[in-house]
Amino acid sequence: MALLELNGVTRHFDIRPGLFARLVHKAPMRHIKAVEAVSVSLERGEVLGIAGESGCGKSTTCMMIAGLLAPSGGEIVYAGESLASQNAEAQRRHRRQVQMIFQDPYESLNPRFRVFDIVAEGPRAQRLWPEREIGERVEAMLAGVGLPPAKYAQRYPHEMSGGERQRVGIASALVTEPDLVIADEPLSMLDVSIRAGILDLLKKLSRERNFSCVYVSHDLSILGNIADRLLVMYLGQAMEVGPTLEVIRQPKHPYTRALIGAVPVPDPRVRRPVPKISGDISRPVDPPPGCRFAPRCPFAEQSCREQFVELKASASAGHQAACHRLGELPLEGL
Amino acid sequence: MSDAPQTLLEVRDLNVRYATAEGDIHAVSDVSFEVRRDEVFGIAGESGCGKSTLIRALLRLLHSNGRTEAAALNYDGRDLQTMSDRDFREQILWQEISLVPQSAMNSLNPVYRVGEQTVEAIQAHREMPTAQARERVAELFDIVGLQADLMNSYPHEFSGGMRQRAMIAMALALDPGLIVMDEPTTGLDVLVQERILRRIREIRSEIRSSIILITHDIAVIAEMSDRVAVMYGGRIMEQAATLDLFESPHHPYTLGLKNAFPSIRSLGQAGAELISIPGSPPPLIGPQHDCPFAPRCPFSIERCAGEIPPARQLGADHQARCFRLDDVVELREQARHKRTWHSSN
Amino acid sequence: MSLAIERSWIGAAGGALAEHYRIITANPLGRIGFWIIVAFVLVAIFAPWLAPHPPWEMQYDSEGGFASLRSPSLEFPLGTTHLGYDLFSQLILATRTTVIIGAVSGVISIVIGANIGLISGYYGGKLDELLMRFTDILYGMPFLPFIIVLVALFGRKLEFVILAIVLIIWRTSARVIRAQTIAIKQRQFIIAARARGAGDLRIIYRHILPNVLPLVLLYTSFNIAWSIITEASASFLGFGDGETISWGGMLYELWLSGKTRVAWWWFAAPSLCIIALVTSLVFVSRAYEEVANPRLRKR
Repeated sequence: MALLELNGVTRHFDIRPGLFARLVHKAPMRHIKAVEAVSVSLERGEVLGIAGESGCGKSTTCMMIAGLLAPSGGEIVYAGESLASQNAEAQRRHRRQVQMIFQDPYESLNPRFRVFDIVAEGPRAQRLWPEREIGERVEAMLAGVGLPPAKYAQRYPHEMSGGERQRVGIASALVTEPDLVIADEPLSMLDVSIRAGILDLLKKLSRERNFSCVYVSHDLSILGNIADRLLVMYLGQAMEVGPTLEVIRQPKHPYTRALIGAVPVPDPRVRRPVPKISGDISRPVDPPPGCRFAPRCPFAEQSCREQFVELKASASAGHQAACHRLGELPLEGL
Repeated sequence: MSDAPQTLLEVRDLNVRYATAEGDIHAVSDVSFEVRRDEVFGIAGESGCGKSTLIRALLRLLHSNGRTEAAALNYDGRDLQTMSDRDFREQILWQEISLVPQSAMNSLNPVYRVGEQTVEAIQAHREMPTAQARERVAELFDIVGLQADLMNSYPHEFSGGMRQRAMIAMALALDPGLIVMDEPTTGLDVLVQERILRRIREIRSEIRSSIILITHDIAVIAEMSDRVAVMYGGRIMEQAATLDLFESPHHPYTLGLKNAFPSIRSLGQAGAELISIPGSPPPLIGPQHDCPFAPRCPFSIERCAGEIPPARQLGADHQARCFRLDDVVELREQARHKRTWHSSN
Repeated sequence: MSLAIERSWIGAAGGALAEHYRIITANPLGRIGFWIIVAFVLVAIFAPWLAPHPPWEMQYDSEGGFASLRSPSLEFPLGTTHLGYDLFSQLILATRTTVIIGAVSGVISIVIGANIGLISGYYGGKLDELLMRFTDILYGMPFLPFIIVLVALFGRKLEFVILAIVLIIWRTSARVIRAQTIAIKQRQFIIAARARGAGDLRIIYRHILPNVLPLVLLYTSFNIAWSIITEASASFLGFGDGETISWGGMLYELWLSGKTRVAWWWFAAPSLCIIALVTSLVFVSRAYEEVANPRLRKR
């Protein structure tokens, strides 16, 4: 049984215009369809990468998996239990078992808390252990992320570098011993030369502590390095899913192909071909029906604009793409 | 002496210090480079390396507690150091050297239409009737790939990519000889970044300006620049033609950076492992007497912590500051292995 | 031995006091204000021992004459009223009244204001609307007439004066703290706290409150200052506490006597005290304001 399953998960936000706008301009209610009918699963011990640009719904999806936001439609099933049907006790358990690592090391730590208190917050808020035991576990966790407690436990966030702060964030997510860790772009605000170190830390900890991971990023090269399977999202819809290396080397969806082709290469000898894509990303507000990528897709047909298709199985196992013209398109791999 | 008409900007022995309560911060030390006509000169480095300070010093945009000193600072043969602030503002800024600042999102005034702002910016520096200025703005929008009718929109109606293009248009407005782009695509999505970088490459042939491109993204440097300087701890550690830098890197920091930058094309292949450089950049307080990279360098020797390596010429256009340049072949080999960088764990 | 247990909270409280002292005295104005406040507080504490005479006792001078409307002398350092009352004693005892009313009203009002601000800002929605409408109603209520009516209805007792002041003064701090709460609750570390399992109350009091604390402290000093002014105004109009003397009350008696133009000493002492204490509180507030808004700090 998969550890986590998303079945047709949808999340809408309604924007009510202000009273004035409604009266004078007759401004209608607008809907942001941040996530639309996304279905994907995660096995135990696996790292599922979610790739996509801003506005694709990856952060909203993270919040829903963590139970911080309820889906507007569809169902999220964790360890066989639907999140919607959880009572208070089950929700508390979920809080312990599913944790998040946040993107901005400068904003995700309470500036008034010392490092010790930041890491101890989860166990304290959830009353997991007596204070003495919390103290021991927090110190062990700090050591485990490479921050010797004698030196770091009493520091404030503003006294530390970005990399150190992110380690604190990781420690505070892992101290409750979760089964599933959601990492929302943990590296994007860090200097390049230290990213690999934090990534290594995550890999090492996931092996030692045996947790599964949903790793969200817009950086395909990082995802290629850590994710076992990759889900590509665009404007709230799932475009493609499959084993990471296969998705990157042999993409079956035009958006994935364009995304991969657009990543600059750190080698001046390589000339990238021009990605076949037009226009700029639009906002997921009041979108038209059908595939959201259709307006920019060089291969779009009428049926693409009218009707959205969910992920369809392709010739290779486990590799699916949400495209009417799956298999027909000449998408060269890398 | 590089007085050849090829050279547009000459910088020699530039030093920038900030006076703070904890002492002087030596943000930029002994930086020398030149930018030639019609080229893209990349400056690569991470946070704290001094690249932003360097640019601000060049454009006289430093905070009041900053001081600049240089042996030479010439633009097109004119001495920038002896110029008065007023002359600099009236003759150089925006007209000869312009800036596309970091986080363009925040550089546009939200209460004015974008076209209006650009017209004003032009008229602030050059006598031009409004009608003519508007035409120029329409032309600029076309060059950067923005539709002309967007001139009448407000900044909040622009996406991040569009705002960035608007800033580039403003920077081009007075036909400057040199455009400085500070992290032009950081914070933008991959596809948007791709289009903007492509556009910049395309307009090079149209506009004939040189570009200084500052970024921490080595891949962007690789795709865009003709020559590169790699900065660390306020100094230029290595500079070379881009191709040379990638084919025969000499400095340990350059080697480390290459390891830390994954390429999507080499995933899953041998040697494609991501290796980080442990440690963090030095605080640069007070005069520096060692190589700034020595604390993090796996190849440092005793000499590195006591002397600053001088810039050594390695070939036409290729220089590096390191005491171990002679061992480079061996060091390159060692740098490929993770244990070299992480042995002191 | 766990580091957590080693840090006793007494040590933490001591550390916090030292920190506050440092914040206040970093600014030269803050330093002046601080020491003036300390002086007044000491006088307030030791008032009964410092005052040579009771406040409403007719005094006779050393020659046995009725000491009416004497200007300041060695015997009566601040002079006397037209009824022979010693102003020096009055002033000292009035200091106690004023400081107590100011401190009590100020602190109660900030406790109410901060809590309403936090809860309203955090929960939003109907609760927020309800609380803010209520605050708006109070905003509409004019200060002094409200106090006058309350005291006129229930009598000139100390408790009612404090109650009246508190009811009016909490409103500004509530609005401001609500605004800051709204700004803070969107920040990522609050979402992180929710993800770590913190419930609403824990988030409000453990996570948000420490971040609005500089603002709360700022408004504590402000509220104390406003309380003092309000009390002085109410007393001056004759609506203060009938049984104890306060600075405003002294001015009230002066006005009643009709001797305002004549007895400058009677007028000067309480007025200067009001100005001095309120200004000192404002200076101290200013020091907290620099903490609450770091942009005000000079580099």
